[in-house]
Amino acid sequence: MKSGSSKLKRWAAAGLMTGALSFSSALASAQETIKVGILHSLSGTMAISETTLKDAMLMLIEDQNAKGGLLGKKLEAVVVDPASNWPLFAEKARELISKEQVSAVFGCWTSVSRKSVLPVFEELNSMLFYPVQYEGEESSRNVFYTGAAPNQQAIPAVEYLMSEDGGGATRFALLGTDYVYPRTTNKILRAFLNAKGISDADIMEEYTPFGHSDWQTIVSRVKAFASEGKKTAVVSTINGDANVPFYKELANQGVKAEDLPVVAFSVGEEELAGIDTGPLVGHLAAWNYFMSVETPENADFIKKWHAFIKDKKRVTNDPMEAHYIGFKMWVQAVEQAGTTDVDAVRQAMYGQKVKNLTGGVAVMNVNHHLSKPVLIGEVQADGQFETVWSTDGVVIGDAWSDFIPESAKLTADWTYPWVCGNCEKPKFAASY
Amino acid sequence: MRDLIKFVALFLSALAFASVAAVASAQASETLPGLTLLSEKSASKRAKGIEQLADSGHPSAATILNAMAEGDLYFRKRDNQLFIATGSGDAFVLTDPVSLDEVGTASGKELKKVRVNNKLRRLIRGFLGGLNLTHSDAKVRLEAASNLLKNPDPDQRTILMKALEKEGDDSVVRAMSLAIAAIDIRPEVPQEKRIAAVTTLGDSDASEVRALLTPLTGDAENDIEVRQAAIIALDAVEDRLVLYRAIGGVFQGISLGSVLLLAAIGLAITFGVMGVINMAHGEMVMIGAYVTFVIQEAFRSAAPEYFGLSLAVAVPAAFLASGMIGIGLERSVIRWLYGRPLETLLATWGVSLILQQAVRSIFGPTNREVGNPEWMSGAMELAGGVLLTYNRIWIIVFALAVLFGVWALIRFTSIGLEMRAVTQNRRMANAMGIRSARVDALTFGLGSGVAGMAGVALSQIDNVSPNLGQSYIIDSFMVVVFGGVGNLWGTLVGALSLGVVNKFLEPVSGAVLAKIIVLVAIILFIQRRPRGLFALKGRAVEN
Amino acid sequence: MLSLIDGKGRIFISAVLVVALGAVMLNAYTPTGSSFHVPDYMIGLIGKYLCYALLAISVDLVWGYAGILSLGHGAFFALGGYAMGMHLMREIGDRGVYGNPDLPDFMVFLNWQELPWYWNGFDSPLFAILMCMIVPGALAFGFGWFAFRSRVTGVYLSIITQAMTFALMLAFFRNDMGFGGNNGLTDFKDFLGFDLQAAGTRSALMLSSAAALIGGYLVCRWMTMSKYGRVLAAVRDQESRTRFLGYRPEGYKLVAFVVSAMIAGVAGALFVPQVGIINPGEFSPANSIEIIVWVALGGRGTLVGAALGAVAVNYLKTYLTGALPEIWLFALGGLFIAVTLFFPKGIVGEIGRFTNLIKRFLKPSLPSMEVRND
Repeated sequence: MKSGSSKLKRWAAAGLMTGALSFSSALASAQETIKVGILHSLSGTMAISETTLKDAMLMLIEDQNAKGGLLGKKLEAVVVDPASNWPLFAEKARELISKEQVSAVFGCWTSVSRKSVLPVFEELNSMLFYPVQYEGEESSRNVFYTGAAPNQQAIPAVEYLMSEDGGGATRFALLGTDYVYPRTTNKILRAFLNAKGISDADIMEEYTPFGHSDWQTIVSRVKAFASEGKKTAVVSTINGDANVPFYKELANQGVKAEDLPVVAFSVGEEELAGIDTGPLVGHLAAWNYFMSVETPENADFIKKWHAFIKDKKRVTNDPMEAHYIGFKMWVQAVEQAGTTDVDAVRQAMYGQKVKNLTGGVAVMNVNHHLSKPVLIGEVQADGQFETVWSTDGVVIGDAWSDFIPESAKLTADWTYPWVCGNCEKPKFAASY
Repeated sequence: MRDLIKFVALFLSALAFASVAAVASAQASETLPGLTLLSEKSASKRAKGIEQLADSGHPSAATILNAMAEGDLYFRKRDNQLFIATGSGDAFVLTDPVSLDEVGTASGKELKKVRVNNKLRRLIRGFLGGLNLTHSDAKVRLEAASNLLKNPDPDQRTILMKALEKEGDDSVVRAMSLAIAAIDIRPEVPQEKRIAAVTTLGDSDASEVRALLTPLTGDAENDIEVRQAAIIALDAVEDRLVLYRAIGGVFQGISLGSVLLLAAIGLAITFGVMGVINMAHGEMVMIGAYVTFVIQEAFRSAAPEYFGLSLAVAVPAAFLASGMIGIGLERSVIRWLYGRPLETLLATWGVSLILQQAVRSIFGPTNREVGNPEWMSGAMELAGGVLLTYNRIWIIVFALAVLFGVWALIRFTSIGLEMRAVTQNRRMANAMGIRSARVDALTFGLGSGVAGMAGVALSQIDNVSPNLGQSYIIDSFMVVVFGGVGNLWGTLVGALSLGVVNKFLEPVSGAVLAKIIVLVAIILFIQRRPRGLFALKGRAVEN
Repeated sequence: MLSLIDGKGRIFISAVLVVALGAVMLNAYTPTGSSFHVPDYMIGLIGKYLCYALLAISVDLVWGYAGILSLGHGAFFALGGYAMGMHLMREIGDRGVYGNPDLPDFMVFLNWQELPWYWNGFDSPLFAILMCMIVPGALAFGFGWFAFRSRVTGVYLSIITQAMTFALMLAFFRNDMGFGGNNGLTDFKDFLGFDLQAAGTRSALMLSSAAALIGGYLVCRWMTMSKYGRVLAAVRDQESRTRFLGYRPEGYKLVAFVVSAMIAGVAGALFVPQVGIINPGEFSPANSIEIIVWVALGGRGTLVGAALGAVAVNYLKTYLTGALPEIWLFALGGLFIAVTLFFPKGIVGEIGRFTNLIKRFLKPSLPSMEVRND
C-alpha cells in the first residue's frame, strides 16, 4: 500500500492548502476592500474561451490597484469556477452576490449562462458586465452589455460583403451552430437581405450541432451552392470549438477568400491561434476590436497583457476589450458616485465614456449597450486580422432589432421617463 | 555565447544602418506607372495602380503583383518608397521592386504593408493569369489558365489565343480553350461562337462550368438558341456530377468512419478485450494530440526544413507517451479493480478529470496550433469540383494500417497469444505460466498507445484542446458496442457503416438530425442484436 | 423480517427532516447578522442538493437493486424538468419581454406563429405535475420494454441508455423542437401564483424536495424489501437462473426502471423552479455519468448511500469551485479514484461493513447482509 500512503499525504497537503487559503482570504477581508466577482468557466467546454477573460480581469484589477485602488480601498478579485454548467452559473452568481458581497460581477460567455444568472442579478439587484457579442433582444436593469449587438457586427459585415470593395456578393450561405445566437442573427440577416432585394432562393441556411467536427459535406454543398453563377459569400455564426475543423476543411478543399469569402462573427485572434492561417488569408471577421489596430492605448494594453500572462505569444481579442471598457466605466462610475452602491453606480454609468483601444470613444447608453466602432478585418498569414473597413464613427448598440417585427416596437431606456428594458411607451409618461 | 550574440547583433545593426543609408541616398532609379498608387489608402486607387502596372508590360510587374498578393510588398512610412520585403521583426530584407536588387534591411516599425483585400487579390490574379500564360513551367501556365477561367476577362482573349497556339501541354491546352470559351459566352459575341463556347464548356468537368453556364439558362438570356444550348450543356454537366457527388459522398462517409475507427480501436482493446469501462480513453487520444503539438514545436524551432517529417516522429512518440501513461494507470489504479468492471468507470472518470485539468494547467486552456505538413494539405480533384482531401485520404490509410497492425499483433505475436489467453481464461493462463499481471499492463498500454496514435491523426482535423477527448469518447463507445464488444472487425465494420450512413443522411436531414437518427438506429439495432454486429459466442459472453 | 425503516433509514429520515426544517426555521427566525442565521441562498442550495439526492436514489434503485447500469438517467431528470419548465413558462403569461400572452419569448423572436400542440395543457399545474412523471415513465417503459425483452444487458444496455440521452440532448438543442434550443426555458416568474423569488416560496420548495426525497426513499425501500424486491435482487445476481426458476426478469426490471424514471422526473421537476433554468445541458451524457459517480461514492445498493453521495459530491463541488477554482478538478478526480481504491463499497457500504464487523465480534452467529458487487 505504498501508493496509498503517498495519496494520503497528498490529501493532507490539499487539506492544509484549503485551510491556508480560507485563512488568508479571511485576513484579506478583515481589511477594507472592494470585491469584484469574476464569473468565468475555468473548466469544461467553455474554459477554452473564458479562462482568458478571467486572466484579463485579474490584470485589470491588478493594474487598478497599482494606481491606488478605488475610493481609497484596494480591489479584491473573487474568482469562482462555474465549470461550463448553467445551473452552477446561477448558484455561483448567488454565492458571489450574497455570500461574498461583491460590488459588481464581470462574467459569462454563452447566452445561456447569462440567461441562467439573469434572474439572480435582478432578484438581488446586483450588476453584471457581459463582454461577448450576442443576439440582442434583451435589456436588463442589472446587466451592462459590453459586447456587440447584431447591428454592431452582423449587419455592417453583410453590407460590406455586398459593397463593391467587399466583392459585391448577391448570394449568401448562412452557416451556424444550432443555438439561439446564430438562429436570431440569421433571422435578422435574412430580413435585412430581403429588404435589400435578395430573394430567399439566394440564401442558404444550414445548422450543425455543437462541436461539429466533420465539415466535408457542408463545405462541398456550399461550394456547389456558390458555383451557380452569382457572387457568393458565406456568413458564419459557427461557435467556438467547431471553427478549427471548419477552417481546416475550407483550406483543404481550396476555398479561396477571393472566390468565396467567409465572414465570421465568432472567430477572433484566440480561435485563429489554433490554426495555420496561411491558406485562409482574406477570409473575414467583423468585430469591434482587432489586436492589430495601431493605437497607443492598444499597444499599451497588449504590452501589459504580455507582461501579466508572461507569454509574448498570447493574443488579445474583442471580449477582452469589452471587459477593459466595462471595467474602466465601472471604475469611473464608482468614483463619480462615491460609492459602490449598485443603484448609484448604475445612474452614474449612463453616458460614461472610455477611450476604445481601437480609437474613438465608447459611450454607455441608456439601453445598457455600448456605442462602439465596427471593424471588418481579413485574416492574415500570421493569425492576425487586418482592418479592411471600419465605420466612420461609433455605432449605437441596439437592444431590440429593427428587423424583427415584435422587437422593432420595443425600446430599452433605463432613465426617466422610460425606466424600462422592453416597453412600447414610457412607464412614467402618464405623469407628464 | 552571449558575447557572440551581442557581436552578431551589433554587426547586423551596423549593416542595416549602412544599407538603409545607402538606399536612402540612391533613390529608385526608375519608377513604373502605377507604382506610387499602390501605397494609397483608398482601395480603388490601388486597383488603378495594379491595372497600370499590369498594362506596362514591364518584366518586373509580375513579381511585384505576386509579392503584393502574397503580402510581401511594403512601403516605407518615411517616404512612401515601395519595397518587396521578406523577414520579420527587426530584420526585413528589402528588395527594390523594379530592379529586383537587394537594397538593404529595415525594421518592421519603419515599414507598412501594402494592403490587399479580396477584390484586389482577384484583380491581381486575373492579371497574373495573363502574364504567366507564357511562363516556362507548365504548372504555372495551367494555374494561370484556370485563374482566367475563374475571372474571364475579354482583354486577355488575344493573349490567350497567342499562348494557345504555342502551347504543347495537353492539360494546359484544355484549360486555355475553356478560358477562351468562358470569354466567348458573353452576349456581345456572335451567336455561333457563343453556342460553340457553350458546347466546349458543357463537355468539361471543371468546377467553374456550372457557374458560367447557369446564368445563360435563365430569362436574363435573350438569345433563345444559346439558352437552349446552355440548358442541354448544363444538364449533361449535372448528370455527370451526380456520379461524382455519389463517389464524393462515399469517400466522405468512409473518411468519417475512419476517424471513428481510429478513435475506437484503442477502446476496443481496453474496453472490448479487457472489459475496463475506460472513461479516460478520450484523454489518451488528447495526450496523443498534445504530443504532436510538442513535437511540431520542436521541429519548428530546431529543424523547420524537416517539418514534413514531424508526424512520422509524432506517431511513435504519441504511442509511447499514451502507452506509458496507460501502463502507469493500469499498475496504480486499474489492477485493483479487475472483476469489478463498473468500479473502473468511477476511477477512470476521476482519471479523466485529472488528465484534462493537468493538460489545461500545463498547456493552457486554449487551442494549440498543430500544422498540416505539405503532404497532408490540399486535395485531389476527382472532377466537377468533387474533392478528395489529402489529409482525409491519409487518415483512412492510417486507420486501416493501425487496425491491421493491432490485429497482426494480437494474432501472430507471442504477447498477442498471451493477451488472448488471459482474456479467455485468466486462471488457466496463470496455470500455464503466463504472468497475467504483466499481460494486463501491456494490453492496457497497447490500447492507450493506439488511442495516442489516433490523437496524432485527429490533431490534423480537429481542435487540439483539453476538450478534444470528450468529443470522441461517446462516439467511440457507440462504435465498439455497435460492432460487438471484443471484436476488432466489428469495430471496423461498425465505424465505417456509421460514418457512411451519417454522411448520406446529412445532406437530406441536416447535420443535427442525421446524428440523432444514427443514435436511434443504434438503439434499435441493439434490440435486434443485443450483442452487437459481430457477437462473441461461448462462455465469454456471460459476465 | 426486515422492517420498512431500519436503523439507517431512521437516521436518514430524521437527518433530512432536521436539516430541512432547521434551515427554514433558522432562515426565518434568526436575525441576518446572527451566526446561526441560514442565508437565503443556502435554502436554494439545500433544495438543489435534495433534488440531486432524490435523483441518486432513483438511480440506485435500478443500479443497486436491479443491476441496470443506466448511463442515461439524466434524461428522465431533464424531461421532468422540462415538463415543469413548460408550465412555468406558461405561467409567465403576458409578462414576457414581448408581452405576448400566447407564446413564450423564444418563440416570438424565432417566428413561431402558434403554440405547438405538445404545449397544450401545460397551463394547468396539475397536468404539468402529472407529465413530470408520465413523460419520463413512458419513455422508460418504451425503452425498457424493448430492451429488456430483447435481453439487452450489461454494457450494451448502458451504452444504449447513453445513446438515448445523447440523442435527446441533440434533439432538445434544435430550435425547431420548440423547447427553446440551447437556452432552454428560463426567466420563470412564479409557481401556483407564488413569486419564485420570495423567501417563503423558496423554503416551501425546499421542504417539498425534502418531502419528495423521504417519499422516494420510502417507495424504493418498500419495493426492495418486498417479495418483488427479492426477485429483483435475484435477477440482478443471476438473471439466467432466475429465469429458469420460472420468473420473467424483464417484467421485474421494467417495473423498477419505470418507477425509477418517474422518481427522477419528480426530482427534475422540483429542481427547475429552484435553480431557475432547464436546458439541454441536463441531458448531456457526462451529467448522467456523474450521477453514477455519486451513487458509487455513497455506496451502491444502500439507497441512503446514494443520497449521501449526491449531497457530498455536490457540496464539495460548491465548495471547491469557490475555494480552489483553478485546481478543483484534481481534488474531485483524486477523490473518485481514492474512493474506488480504498472504499470499494462507498461511504455507507464501508460504514455498514465496519458495524457488521463489530456486530459479528459481539454476536458471532449473526449472518452478514452484503450486496454483491458486479
